[in-house]
Amino acid sequence: MAEKVLEVNNVSVEYSAGGVLTRGKIQHAVKNVSFRVEKGEILGLVGESGCGKSSLSKAILGMIPYTGEIIHHTPRPQMVFQDPYGSLNPSKTIGWIVEEPLRLYGKYDKAERRRRVLEMLERVGLGGDFAKRYPRELSGGQRQRVSIAAALIRRPRFIIADEPVSALDVTIQAQILELLREVHREKELSYLFISHDLNVIYQLCDRVMVMKDGEIIEQGTVDEIFDNPKEKYTKKLLESM
Amino acid sequence: MKKRRNYNLIFGCAITAFMIALIVLGFFWTPYSPTAMDASARSDGPSLQHILGTDNFGRDIFSRVLEGAGTTLIIAASTVAIGLVLGIFIGAFTGYYGGWVDEVLMRISDVITAFPSVLMAMVLISLLGTGKYNIIIALSILFIPSFARVVRSEFAKQKQLDYVRAAKLMGANDLRIMFVHILPNVIPVLLSAVAIGFNNAVLAEASMSFLGIGVQPPDPSLGRMLSESQSFLSDAPWYPLSSGITIVLLILGFGLISDGLGGGKGDA
Repeated sequence: MAEKVLEVNNVSVEYSAGGVLTRGKIQHAVKNVSFRVEKGEILGLVGESGCGKSSLSKAILGMIPYTGEIIHHTPRPQMVFQDPYGSLNPSKTIGWIVEEPLRLYGKYDKAERRRRVLEMLERVGLGGDFAKRYPRELSGGQRQRVSIAAALIRRPRFIIADEPVSALDVTIQAQILELLREVHREKELSYLFISHDLNVIYQLCDRVMVMKDGEIIEQGTVDEIFDNPKEKYTKKLLESM
Repeated sequence: MKKRRNYNLIFGCAITAFMIALIVLGFFWTPYSPTAMDASARSDGPSLQHILGTDNFGRDIFSRVLEGAGTTLIIAASTVAIGLVLGIFIGAFTGYYGGWVDEVLMRISDVITAFPSVLMAMVLISLLGTGKYNIIIALSILFIPSFARVVRSEFAKQKQLDYVRAAKLMGANDLRIMFVHILPNVIPVLLSAVAIGFNNAVLAEASMSFLGIGVQPPDPSLGRMLSESQSFLSDAPWYPLSSGITIVLLILGFGLISDGLGGGKGDA
C-alpha cells in the first residue's frame, strides 16, 4: 500500500445560521466524509458551488471546527487560493510575500532566503525582477504564480488548491495548470485539487471525488469516473461539460 | 484612467506646511519675547514693528500667536499620538478577535462618544485638575474611540481576506498577522482619521482653554488668547482676529488634507 499524506475519516462540518442569541437551524456543510490522499497523487474534488468543497478544505487546514478525524502525515500543508486578488497582501512586495514563509521558519539567514526567493520566482516563470513589484502591478495569472511560489517555498509535501484557476481566462488557466503539473513531477507533491470545472479536473488529476450537498457520492480514478459514471448526478455533470 | 489634480491635498499640505514652519520657527525665535510688555505701545495696530499689532499690555501679538500656536500644536499632536497608539491596539485586538471583549469595549466607546466631547473633557478635567498635561490625558482618552473604531472595522474586514488565511497557514502568529500583515493595509484609511482627529484636537483644546478649563497662565495658547482678547473686538480687532485666524488656518489645512486623502482613495 502506498504512503498516505492525508487521512480524513467521518468528517462533518456544521454551522448554525443566526447570531449569538438567535440560535438558528443547524446545517451541514460537510456530511460524514472519508477519503485519503496518497503520496504523489493528484486528487480532484468536484462539485457545484455551495456543495461544501471549501468547507472541507478549510476543515482539513484547521481553519474551521469539525467533527471526525483528520490525520496529516506531512508537516504544514499549504494552500493556493481561488481569488488571486485577495490572497496576496496588497501592501507588500512580491519578494516579501514569497520570503515570509522562510522568515517564519527562521532557519535561513537573509542572504540564503533571498537566494531561494529569486530561485523560486524563476521556477514559477516570473523572474527575479518581480521581487520588487507589488501585487496590484501584476495580472491575475502572475498573481497566481506568486501564490504558488509562496506555497512551494518551504517545500511542502501536500498542497490544497481551492479553485486555483477558476478566476483566470482559459489560456492563462492552461499555463497555470502546466506549472502545477511540472512542480508536481519535480517535487513529489500531492495535491487536493478543488474545482467546479470537470475539464480542469480531467486534465490534471489522477483520482476524482464527486461531492454533492456535503457528501461524497462517488469516487474513483479519472478514467473510471469519466468513462463509466455510476451516479445520476455525475452523469449530469459530465453532460454539462 | 483620467488623472485629476488633488487640489484639496495640495492646498491642505501647503497651508499646513506654512503653519507648521511658522510654529517651529516660534519655538526657537520670536520677534519679541511673548511676555515682554511695552507701556508705550499698548493696543497698537499692525505696523512694521509689530506685524500683528500689540495687545492691551503692549505685548507683541505675533510673538504670542507663535508661542500659543506652538502650545496648541503640541497638545493636539500628543493627543492624537496617544489616542492613535492606544486606538490601534484596542481596534486591532477587538477587530481581529471579535467576541465578547469586542462587544464590551465597543459599548464602552459608545458611552464615551454619546456625551458631547467638551462635556466629557470637563468631567475628566475636574477629576484630574487643569494644566497642559492633564488636557493631553483627558483629550487622549476621548480620542481613543474614534481611532479604535476605524481600526476595528478595517481589521474585521481585512481578517476575512485570503492573504490573512495564507499567513496563518505559513505559521505566522496572531501578533505578527495583526501588526506586520494587516496594519500596513489599514494605514491609508487611518491617515484621514488622523487629520480629522488633529482638527478635533485643535478645536477641543481651543474651546477648553477659551472656557478657562484648559491651558492655564502663564502658558499661552490660541484658545486662551481668544478668550482674553474677546473684549477688545471693537477697540483692537487685530488681537482676537490674529488668534482666531490662526486656529482657522490650522484646521483648514488639516481639513483639506483629510478631504484630499479621502477623495484620492478611490483612484488608487
